[in-house]
Amino acid sequence: MSTTPSDRTLGMGARLRSRLGSLSLSVYGVLGFLFLYLPIVILVIFSFNDSRSTSQWAGFTTDWYRQMIEDRQIILSLWNSLFVAIISTAIATVLGTLAAMAMERYSFRGKMAMDAVLYLPIIIPDIAMAIMLLIFFNVSGIGFQPWEVQFFGNRLAVPYSVIIGHVAFNISFVAVVVRARLANMDRTLEEAAQDLYANTWQTFRRVTLPMLMPGILGGALLAFTLSLDDFVITFFTSGAGFNTLPVRVFGMIRRGVTPKINAVSTLMLAGSFLLILISIISRMRSGEDEDAIQFGL
Amino acid sequence: MSEECAVELRDVVKAFGPFVAVNHVSLQIRDGEFFSLLGPSGCGKTTSLRMIAGFEMPTSGHIYIGGAQQGYLPPNKRPVNTVFQQYALFPHMTVAQNVAFGLEMSHANKGEIGRRVHEALEMVHLGGLGTRKPKQLSGGQQQRVALARALVNRPKVLLLDEPLGALDLKLRKAMQIELKNLQEQVGITFIYVTHDQEEALTMSDRIAVMDKGQVLQVAEPEALYEQPTHRFTADFIGETNFIPARVAALSPTILVELAGGIRLPAGWVEPGIAVGDRVMLSVRPEKINLYEAHELEELTATTCRVRGVVERLVYVGTDTHHTVRLESGDRVVARLQNLHVDEEPWEMGEATTVQWEAAHGRVFKEA
Repeated sequence: MSTTPSDRTLGMGARLRSRLGSLSLSVYGVLGFLFLYLPIVILVIFSFNDSRSTSQWAGFTTDWYRQMIEDRQIILSLWNSLFVAIISTAIATVLGTLAAMAMERYSFRGKMAMDAVLYLPIIIPDIAMAIMLLIFFNVSGIGFQPWEVQFFGNRLAVPYSVIIGHVAFNISFVAVVVRARLANMDRTLEEAAQDLYANTWQTFRRVTLPMLMPGILGGALLAFTLSLDDFVITFFTSGAGFNTLPVRVFGMIRRGVTPKINAVSTLMLAGSFLLILISIISRMRSGEDEDAIQFGL
Repeated sequence: MSEECAVELRDVVKAFGPFVAVNHVSLQIRDGEFFSLLGPSGCGKTTSLRMIAGFEMPTSGHIYIGGAQQGYLPPNKRPVNTVFQQYALFPHMTVAQNVAFGLEMSHANKGEIGRRVHEALEMVHLGGLGTRKPKQLSGGQQQRVALARALVNRPKVLLLDEPLGALDLKLRKAMQIELKNLQEQVGITFIYVTHDQEEALTMSDRIAVMDKGQVLQVAEPEALYEQPTHRFTADFIGETNFIPARVAALSPTILVELAGGIRLPAGWVEPGIAVGDRVMLSVRPEKINLYEAHELEELTATTCRVRGVVERLVYVGTDTHHTVRLESGDRVVARLQNLHVDEEPWEMGEATTVQWEAAHGRVFKEA
């Protein structure tokens, strides 16, 4: 073993203390991760349990997954979730990006007020937002009628109110992420484009937008995840008979917990991992751009 | 306005709220000229440049480019291009795409764009690097890309905002010469903003010295150095000695009186100064010579001569700076070239006589 200067200068006691210190830190870290991820591991394991019990192991089976796939209600709610997430993400990404541009690039009357309002959906509790939306839709009488649509061979009837509700909170998240990117962008790049004869639109299209892209993608990914994940706002704004996957799971739990719920949860977990994987890969693609890693999510 | 004017500023004012950045500036920049705006930071030089480019609009006054009043024309409608301080290269585009940007925006055809981008990159010695991203280039190379990106559009006027500020000294010196050569080669009017007086003197045909939003003097480098018309200019360009004095006479010759009743002739006096006013006599250090008593020739009416004591010597290679305490109590620095190795050097505390030609003495208002 080589002797480094620090080994020689440190006394036995000090060395032991530093060893113990780093060891206990490792143990602490492992315990922390166990606390966070053990329940998830158990959830996944029991989705393969050959029994109705979610606490006593009785053997391996994929039967719950077969039952899940055969459950027309679950599959329909999955498609509902995906449809709502895609549409609301698309709308919220465009509006959120525009809002970020307005807040960061222009000054206008009521900018402070808009700034506060823009952050509100992030700060206020979901339940308050949900009730707010519910009252709005009830009083105005708009939104509850369904959007009848053919989506990957499934006939969906998605209430506009759910999509509007999801857009309403997702705008804020997209705006925050895009704005962070915009604030760190060098204004002189836009001036350089103008100086090289680009008009306002060309400057946005050729310089601002490409520079913002990592932020916009990050914001969109966040919006998509939040939309897929949302229970409270969907539950309150959907009216009767419309289920997204989280709302469906909630309905199933009321009739008793079975490993089928574990199977659905595992499926959602797998979906989340896939999204994370996509975001990491897209980040590595634009690898030479360090800023993308800094501001993309 | 004369036809050969590339850019003209007429009584231009720019105020940001209560702060007046540019205060009634009028300039006429000739066609094909290398013109520098020189001044300390905050003097209004960059704001002036940005108004010519169209990034800022004047609060009052008019700007003409090639004889046409610019009014509120946005930057993309003006026949000028800018080289920015931090280059402002588009990081998501290759070098060639950066250079092609302006041509694409002005709808040049594909073949033309390719040919001119190639030419421009050759011109700045970056021939093979068109496919690289700006981040893969060194600072000096990025600087050249910025130049090529602007010049490829063949603007009437090229605006440069401290373009060499981010480079190290040696590279900066090399780029100064290259920039000057390039300007002579393409024959485009350059308007160059800098706070570095040496840089301005090296490259410019003419220089406008700015301070506190105003243009103090516009002159060729030599005239600016030898005949500054304002105390700030004398101080900012090169080094000079300021000796407090009082005006004793203005005609037939200018005479000033130092402390202790020493009267000296001077070559020039700032307009508006009257006999009896407190003034500053400015003499450049290299114009002053030191003599031993026995070396002195007969005093003529155009020679200034004051006795003193050598106080300090600073050897800087080419020169030695001699600080001399004059009889009047004032200190002056004389910069003597080290021409001969075997020369007997001055020693500290040695008595001496300083002498300069009256024509080199310039009299400025005290403040």
